[in-house]
Amino acid sequence: MGWTLFILLVVLTVVHGNPTMTVRTGSGPTVGFDQHPNSVPLGEDIQTTTEVVEEVMTTGVLNPSHYPARRAATVVQHYLNTRYGSPYRWIFFSTVHSGSSEVGVEVEDQHTLGSVSGQCSAELFFPEGEGQSAPQVQASCEGLHQSNTTAQEEAFYQQHRASNNLVSGNNIPDSYGHVEPSMKPFWQLGGVASSFIMLRESNESTLYNMAQVANFTQLETEKDQLRFNYHVLLHEMISQEIIHWKLLVTWSPEQGVQVLQTELQPKCHHCEAPPNTTN
Amino acid sequence: MMMLGLGSVGLVLLSLAVQSGHGAQDSAVWSREETTERNYYTRYHNMSEITAWMEQMKRENPDVVSSMVYGQTYERRNITLLKIGLSSTGRKKAIWMDCGIHAREWIAPAFCQYFVREILRTYKTDTKVNEMMKNLDFYITPVLNVDGYIYSWHNESTRLWRKSRSPGTGGCTCYGTDLNRNFYANWGMVGVSTDCCNLFYCGTKALSESEAWAVTDMLGKMREDILAFLTIHSYGQQLLVPYGHPNTSAPNHDELMEVGLGAAKAIKTVHGMDYTVGTSPDILYPFSGSSQDFARLIGIPLSFTFELRDKGEHGFELPEDQIQPTCEEAYAGAQHIITYTHDKAFYSYAATVRATLWTTLLAAWVSSTILL
Repeated sequence: MGWTLFILLVVLTVVHGNPTMTVRTGSGPTVGFDQHPNSVPLGEDIQTTTEVVEEVMTTGVLNPSHYPARRAATVVQHYLNTRYGSPYRWIFFSTVHSGSSEVGVEVEDQHTLGSVSGQCSAELFFPEGEGQSAPQVQASCEGLHQSNTTAQEEAFYQQHRASNNLVSGNNIPDSYGHVEPSMKPFWQLGGVASSFIMLRESNESTLYNMAQVANFTQLETEKDQLRFNYHVLLHEMISQEIIHWKLLVTWSPEQGVQVLQTELQPKCHHCEAPPNTTN
Repeated sequence: MMMLGLGSVGLVLLSLAVQSGHGAQDSAVWSREETTERNYYTRYHNMSEITAWMEQMKRENPDVVSSMVYGQTYERRNITLLKIGLSSTGRKKAIWMDCGIHAREWIAPAFCQYFVREILRTYKTDTKVNEMMKNLDFYITPVLNVDGYIYSWHNESTRLWRKSRSPGTGGCTCYGTDLNRNFYANWGMVGVSTDCCNLFYCGTKALSESEAWAVTDMLGKMREDILAFLTIHSYGQQLLVPYGHPNTSAPNHDELMEVGLGAAKAIKTVHGMDYTVGTSPDILYPFSGSSQDFARLIGIPLSFTFELRDKGEHGFELPEDQIQPTCEEAYAGAQHIITYTHDKAFYSYAATVRATLWTTLLAAWVSSTILL
């Protein structure tokens, strides 16, 4: 069984629930990873514009604008969301600065683009050979410094933990790309939860994004975790398919996002009939 | 005359008609909000609105805008383009732009509408746009895959439709062919599927789809005149150059890359967005049978696919508040390509004419000197 290693320097943009919020750090442990959530060093926001200097081994330089780098960067994005995502933190890659497919690449220097962007360097293994095996990622980020997410997350948590007013929603975003402000944290939570699936399903021939939260329903709070059923639509770029998944998701500020169950929904071919015919 | 005044009056009348219930059946979609011209171009519009808009563009700009129905969809709907340019006695060179070959990519038709509005708004005052309108005709198809686009507006469950709406054959019960795999350009070779349920289904044969046939027919008739071919998609923030088939390079690959990178640079200056430039096998995935490849193969020198915003956060469902910035940056990119194309054709030509003239004069002087 072979391994393909990608080392990437990516710039990530954090999407947050409140436009006035700045970048923030991660929270609790996540399913499937036994690394401590705070093991990734997170430094201060750096406003320098030093050049990226790259020293590579003689073989296997990844062109940052070519598809392998982009797919790998997206996998790193999914990984970071599983570790640090929350209803108020949804991370997206914006640029790949440099990469290599060979071990031993040094990527030096960082420059950040502003208060909501951070730069990460990551190592990514796509296991090759038979059988499904999720990619393995290690990443360290700078510029995603400590911030005030905690207050918003805490307020959101307190608001929704009492089970007398369970929330639900559908079609987020709607056909026009619109997300109601009150739905935005649930949309972002759906995106973070989807990252667990997208990470697990990723390989060198995939590029996943969450297209839409088809619907979500809040369930009774259990063991101090908010609980939700989510039905999400994932867009896989290389096949262009829209893939339906159902998830059972829990979240609290302390425990972070966890995905307890996932269920692939079968593709609905009979749904493709024209509207004026009966099935 | 008072074109702009007429324009705004025309739109006001349209909105009043809508509010009093005389408008098209599904125009309630945009009558719910602002109705000023500026806000029209910050909203998505369904097919009947776009059709009405095309009529309005013709009505308001009769000297420079005409329309042409150049084909039919599977469901027998018209495929219509707007031909925009200052009229001239001779044959003119052309720029081709089509939007919405994939139904769910709503930002693409929005961009075609924006592009048309922009050149109509500026050609009288902007000397460069005026020059290009004089020397070129713009052939712009706001929605190519009309059936698919209409289907994607039907309800939330159809919003993410991609292909045409022709039925499957031979026992395969799914609908639709990927129009951008159906062209006669290495058809069926790579990046396609023969399963009619697949999103890349390339059809029973090349040009099995009437929509692809319509474009092929037009390009074939105009091939000597078309200088640039632009086809607009989303999402991904990329500019693709031919070919989609790996291990084949366009003869002017370097020029295509240079112009593409220049366009990406122009895009970035508008709102800071990064657009990656390259062949599809390099930056996205390999595929054959695309309209872009067909255009390059029949000799149109500059052929680009635009993949507009975003990079996956919203994907196909780009929020309406991003329509304007996306269109602004894409317009800058398109203008870079079109300006390059125009200047290459008309300034090089002028230079050739001048050189020929001087050569002729010199020869005449020499021969007259000899005679003396």
